[in-house]
Amino acid sequence: MTQPTPATPHRPGSDRPFYLALGILSGTYVLLLLATLGADAFYTSPGHLWRALQSPEIRYAIRLSLLTCTLSTLLSLWVAVPIGYLMTHLQFRGKALLDALLDVPIVLPPLVIGISLLILFQAPPLRALERVFPITYAVPSIVLAQFMVACAFAVRTMRVTFEQLSPRPEQVALTLGCNRSEAFWRVVLPSAKRGILTAATLAWARALGEFGPILVFSGATRMKTEVLPTTVFLELSVGNLEAAVAVSLLMVAAAVAVLLLIRSQGITPSTQRSL
Amino acid sequence: MIEIENITLQVGTFRLADVSCRIPRGSHTALMGRTGAGKTTILEAVCGLRTVQSGRIRINGRDVTHEPPGARGVGFVPQDGALFGHLTVRQHLGFALDVRRWPAPRIAERVDELASWLRLAHLLDRLPLGLSGGEAQRVALGRALSFHPQVLCLDEPLSALDDDTRAEICDVLADIRQRTGVTLLHITHNRREAARLADNVLQLRDGRIESTPVPEA
Repeated sequence: MTQPTPATPHRPGSDRPFYLALGILSGTYVLLLLATLGADAFYTSPGHLWRALQSPEIRYAIRLSLLTCTLSTLLSLWVAVPIGYLMTHLQFRGKALLDALLDVPIVLPPLVIGISLLILFQAPPLRALERVFPITYAVPSIVLAQFMVACAFAVRTMRVTFEQLSPRPEQVALTLGCNRSEAFWRVVLPSAKRGILTAATLAWARALGEFGPILVFSGATRMKTEVLPTTVFLELSVGNLEAAVAVSLLMVAAAVAVLLLIRSQGITPSTQRSL
Repeated sequence: MIEIENITLQVGTFRLADVSCRIPRGSHTALMGRTGAGKTTILEAVCGLRTVQSGRIRINGRDVTHEPPGARGVGFVPQDGALFGHLTVRQHLGFALDVRRWPAPRIAERVDELASWLRLAHLLDRLPLGLSGGEAQRVALGRALSFHPQVLCLDEPLSALDDDTRAEICDVLADIRQRTGVTLLHITHNRREAARLADNVLQLRDGRIESTPVPEA
């Protein structure tokens, strides 16, 4: 047998089987995704959608969903921008612990968040507050339940955003005569614009889909605390599958719109890698 | 004159202890040394961007060790220019003056003066995106000079430029010194650059700053 000499040209095997195997594995999941969306779309008809949109309960749920999601998004940004900035700029004892705590709402089962909120509002000071300003089983409880989870996602996004910004422009602003606050408003915040928009859209989408905590903390009363996921649940529980699917499709459309908005901002999955 | 007296700096695990040097007023001083020797850290300490653990920094006789960056009268041009992506060239040149609440007509006057000097007049309404390397560095220099600083700190401002642009910015730097009399502290790796521009060369080696002769061109 002749040994290959160094001059023998080496031909690596074909890459095709490798890509084929990966393609089949990836394709299964993509197919499943497409099939579920397709099933939704084929199950319903324009007539179902139209009828669903005519129902006063569903119209109320759409309005309430839009209102509460927007409020909880604004609240989330209000909190996430300062947290993201401080966590990026400050080094302190217990930072790792705080970092883990900020992720708790992301990993906690949604029902547990609802129950925790319910128990919290049994505390005497908050019960006193509720006598003046009802929260539990009222609209504010929906905003609070959505905020708990949506905010955690906004915080993650803002942390990634501030971590990815070069510190140099802010430092230059400081040498040009700014104090920290002026540098923040004049330089840091405008450069974080895209991140803020991503945080807002993600928070909004999370809030729109929130169900478990709302069911526990706000109840599912028609024309009062009914948001779109509640509608799906209520319609399903009385066997009205057509209406449930029609409302689900509305939420799919909203989710796709959010994804398109994020993509149009040039934000790729890699910029959200720690989400 | 910049006087650095026995300063100690710590950045993570990197530590510079007991560093001293004097940089004459109005000089163009090149600070040279290996990568990772701590040149940028020293520059940042002069700008006020690094907390000094001990020792003093004086600028023209005034102790600035504990002053915030904005009160030191030090212009800073980092390696990549660090322009503000959302501001036009005009807003860059007027930034420090706006922070100082100068009246608008005076800001406009100063911006025009800088723009014609640094040949930026045709770019005033452009955003940084799309400026060439040389243009961006001229904007960064104009922004740092706008408020008449006593000291100009440059962190390898020429390293990312091609040869022609490098020669052009070298001319600008020589011109700046002649016109303003500002004290220039300039980090560079390039001996030719130091020979061309500097009248004082400092070498940071093993945590010590030594004065060395200006290299031959």
